[in-house]
Amino acid sequence: MQKSLHIDPNKCTGCLQCEMACAWENHRSFTIAKSRIKVFTFHKEGRFVPYTCTQCDEAWCMTACPVDAIRLDPVTGAKIVLEPTCVGCKVCTIACPFGTINYVASTGKVQKCDLCDGEPACAKACPTGAITYVDADWTGLGKMRQWAGKTDTNPATV
Amino acid sequence: MAWTKNVLRVNLEAGTCTTEPLNMQWAQDYLGQRGLATKYLVSEIDPKVDPFSPKNKLIFVTGPLTGTMAATGGRYSVVTKGPLTGAIACSNSGGYFGAELKFAGWDMVIFEGASPKPVYLLINDGKAELVDASHLWGKTVWETEETIKAQHQDPQIRVAAIGRAGENRVLYAAIVNDLHRAAGRSGVGAVMGSKNLKAVAVRGTRTDAYQMANPEAFFAATEAGKKVLAANGVTGQGLPTYGTQVLMNVINELGALPTRNHRDVQFEGAHDISGEAMHEKRPTDGKANLVTNGACFGCTIACGRISRMDPGHFSVKDKPQYHGASGGVEYEAAWALGAANGVNDLEALTYANFLCNEDGFDPITFGATVGAAMELYEMGVLTEKEVGFKLPFGSTEAMVKLAELTAKGEGFGKIMGLGSKRLCTKYGHPELSMTVKSQEFPAYDGRALQGMGLAYATNNRGACHLRGYMVSPEVLGIPVKMEPQATEGKPAMLKAFQDLTAVVDSAGICLFTTFAWGLSDIQPQIQAACEGDWSEERLLLVGERIWNMEREFNLAAGFTAKDDNLPPRLMKEPAKTGPQKGAVSKLDVMLPEYYRVRGWTPDGVPTAETRKRLGV
Amino acid sequence: MKHLIIGSGPAGVIAAETLRKADPAAEITLLCGEGEPPYARMAIPYLLKGEIEEAGTHIRKDADHYDRLRIQLVQARAKGIDTARHTVDLGGGRHLPFDRLLIATGSHPSLEKIPGMDLPGVHSCWTLEDARTILAQARPGTRIVQMGAGFVGCIIMEGLLSRGVDLTILVRSGYMVRRMMNPTASGLIRKWCEAKGVKVLTHTQPRGISAKEGALQVDLGEGRTLPADLYLSVVGVDPNLGFLEGSGIEVGHGILVDAAMQTSVPGIYAAGDVAEATDCLTGQRRINAIQPNAVEQGRIAALNMAGKPAQFRGSFVFNVLTTLGLVSSSFGEWQGVPGGESTEVLDESHYRYLSLQFDGDRLVGANCVGFADHVGAFRGLIEGRVRLGVWKQRLLEDPTRIMQAYLAAAHRVA
Repeated sequence: MQKSLHIDPNKCTGCLQCEMACAWENHRSFTIAKSRIKVFTFHKEGRFVPYTCTQCDEAWCMTACPVDAIRLDPVTGAKIVLEPTCVGCKVCTIACPFGTINYVASTGKVQKCDLCDGEPACAKACPTGAITYVDADWTGLGKMRQWAGKTDTNPATV
Repeated sequence: MAWTKNVLRVNLEAGTCTTEPLNMQWAQDYLGQRGLATKYLVSEIDPKVDPFSPKNKLIFVTGPLTGTMAATGGRYSVVTKGPLTGAIACSNSGGYFGAELKFAGWDMVIFEGASPKPVYLLINDGKAELVDASHLWGKTVWETEETIKAQHQDPQIRVAAIGRAGENRVLYAAIVNDLHRAAGRSGVGAVMGSKNLKAVAVRGTRTDAYQMANPEAFFAATEAGKKVLAANGVTGQGLPTYGTQVLMNVINELGALPTRNHRDVQFEGAHDISGEAMHEKRPTDGKANLVTNGACFGCTIACGRISRMDPGHFSVKDKPQYHGASGGVEYEAAWALGAANGVNDLEALTYANFLCNEDGFDPITFGATVGAAMELYEMGVLTEKEVGFKLPFGSTEAMVKLAELTAKGEGFGKIMGLGSKRLCTKYGHPELSMTVKSQEFPAYDGRALQGMGLAYATNNRGACHLRGYMVSPEVLGIPVKMEPQATEGKPAMLKAFQDLTAVVDSAGICLFTTFAWGLSDIQPQIQAACEGDWSEERLLLVGERIWNMEREFNLAAGFTAKDDNLPPRLMKEPAKTGPQKGAVSKLDVMLPEYYRVRGWTPDGVPTAETRKRLGV
Repeated sequence: MKHLIIGSGPAGVIAAETLRKADPAAEITLLCGEGEPPYARMAIPYLLKGEIEEAGTHIRKDADHYDRLRIQLVQARAKGIDTARHTVDLGGGRHLPFDRLLIATGSHPSLEKIPGMDLPGVHSCWTLEDARTILAQARPGTRIVQMGAGFVGCIIMEGLLSRGVDLTILVRSGYMVRRMMNPTASGLIRKWCEAKGVKVLTHTQPRGISAKEGALQVDLGEGRTLPADLYLSVVGVDPNLGFLEGSGIEVGHGILVDAAMQTSVPGIYAAGDVAEATDCLTGQRRINAIQPNAVEQGRIAALNMAGKPAQFRGSFVFNVLTTLGLVSSSFGEWQGVPGGESTEVLDESHYRYLSLQFDGDRLVGANCVGFADHVGAFRGLIEGRVRLGVWKQRLLEDPTRIMQAYLAAAHRVA
């Protein structure tokens, strides 16, 4: 069974260990600006929301890439950026309706979560269990994945 | 390694920003953060300088573990000569600001001179510039942070700013970063205000800012450290669940909770303002004061309180800007705003605490000053006419009103902004100021806990709990249990705590780790991050060197052994109730012994031998 | 079943691959009109910068990719379509039969109609061949006059400057990238270009080009001329429709298609920059010449060609552009809608700008300059027609909280 990152914002304290772990995994640096997972803070709600790619089935980024630089990892299901092939045109960054593939100016390439070959560093680093790597069916991720296909959503109330 | 080895020097008068290499010899001698910046400060300013003179300097500094995966590796300090005390001031803060400064490639920012007009420093990696802040002057910390982020269209910018308290030179003005983390004590924010510096805004995206000396060892050490924190009752459960507020009921039951300007040592309303109470549903709106716990950068403890007020509470009824969640009361703030002046209204405390964050002033000194003012009022020395309203102990309305007036310097708030020492002196009763070196005590009674009394008296930055936390042995039994009233062994224990704390404060990590971590947990993390050989012995020597350096600065600034004292109330008025009933401070017994174990003369001056041993 | 696809850009290639998946037994032929393997024009700027080789522009990298999928590549241009006989005329007496046809012929540069456009040293910048020519001729010190500062005009500048050329940009209107960016954003991009040493002349339109003493002279009128070694014309593109004459396939600005991407002639489909399909924001038909739209239309067309009904949900215009390293992006109704509200924030000295357009409590358009983080969420918010509720007011006050608004309104996480 394929696994997915499961995120429970209720458990997040905003410590950003996940961001540092991600940055280290991919850039050998703790500079969180380079992390592929991002914790968004809702100060007035007192809420921290870790957010990254859900490896959606539509794979908007992959289909939009004009130079075949994003491929499917058949083992993990992750959509993976092939850095040497990426030209940095950023088409994928506007194609992804989740905003989870991003351009990195210092490398001239885009980057996104690749599930660390099946051992996500963010989940390992999370001290509270807010980020876990679990069987895909448990995550209710389908809901989120289908979201991009929805037309009307109800007004946000919070 | 682990240092960026870059110092940013900002001359506010000339409006210039220049880069210079970090003095690596000093880094080897003083580690970083508190120690290293203090070394720079004492080397560059006249100890007798007026803290508000342009000749005073203000240093923002990180440690080698700041901005790393070491648990709690997000600390920074602000070092200057403090206006409240006239002594060395070093205030430590968490949040995200410090790590960002490191990611931008800076160990330290030294501000010198004063700007002719309001400015803020904008750092974007290697690029630093002073930006006009006329539009921000008069604004709160919260407005300032919001405006700067929106103006530069980058929600990831981290901001450390002063509010109106700093602008108006409230002597205990704080520098607040990330909306509710503060370099809180000794008035570092007022020095910032005196320099016309409204904020430091930083964005760091460099991946090459610093390296780990030994990444493999670093991860092994930090992961081991995190396991220790998670397994420990205080750092793994008590602090995440209740925050530092876990202490309120404990300290009260022990009879060590200073109440009503230290007239009492137990507060009948302690439970109402405790960590447990923050979890309880309010009868008014059915919600708890506490929304969640929050962490500073890299912190796996997450003691921070995120609170939401009862929107129907009188203090915020028509003020929707306070209805959202923000930083809730920590133990010291709850004590100062509550027990210290007899107020038991948790919502009012939360509101006052919001104001302290919003306008940047220290809730400890503020709350304690309220307590002193209330005592003067009850004595009839201060009148309703003078204050503008009634000011008896226990008046929630009065405490709230003073919190609203102080930062703005309006009415009696102007006098409140001087702190209790100057307030009490002004009204002819300096003995009623519960201070050491003009800085107010925090939330532990120096009679009830003899070691804490000694810690206050000898603290280089005036009374505070963060330089030698004798509560650990005296209450929590860490690392060994010492009876509160005992004096034996306490000077030596205090010295060890003070030296260890100086190391922790210089490393970039949070002091709260030491509930669980000993030096043997910390040392491998420093060793793996930093170049050089950092044995435990060497680290303790670094800590002792820092302590003595601070002491020498204070001596040169004009302090003497006479200033290592406690107010007469703690020396003469016995504790009235509880397990420590009858206790007075035995400072006179402990102080000579303390000087001896420090290697100081009976006058509290480091001996030539000590100086030589430490290379100060 | 014989599937024929005219055009080997992204729409054509995706369509061919989708067909193979949907119809394993079909015959699939892909017409390539430029004598090149299928390549992406989006990659040409990076070829000019020298960051990639030509192979880096190829849409698929594996040498046997098309063979493996049994997609036959034919190098030829379509000259005409016989819709009755179901054949495509390749000229020279060659005809290709089809059961289903996809027209994905894209567009060609529209050149200004002035004397001298046929002179040596006058080029467009659209094809790989154009890129080769420019690479051969642009050297340190080469004086380049570029007419046009639209998307293509801006995105190639970095490649040109990286070769050390002296670059002057002529802009007919007052604004660069005026089809993507509002005047404020456009002004910021211009300022940026000028700071990087590019001369930008707005309200300028050449009258003609002549050759004199081995160099070009660009006549700007009123007695003004500009000397140039190379003249680049990048004023825009037009869809490739010429070969459709007499086919009976209905065209407007482009080939008119329905939600199945089918043209007015059953069995014949169109996708990509040549197709005029529904804009999901305005409900009007328009050509939406952007990569994500091309591949989506190619996919939908192919599914229908394979007999698997699929509906194009409509698209809207969004794009991302890098001008000499300055990233900008544009989404939907960035000019605003009647009765709508807007908000903007500008940091001129740091080249950052954000403008949001609302219709009721929905985001309908945006312009961004100077940042690229999470910009995909703009698409999510606009295309998903997400109701922002309380976040609308918060965004009006501080548009930079867009990601918070997106997470709260679209994902309900806060």
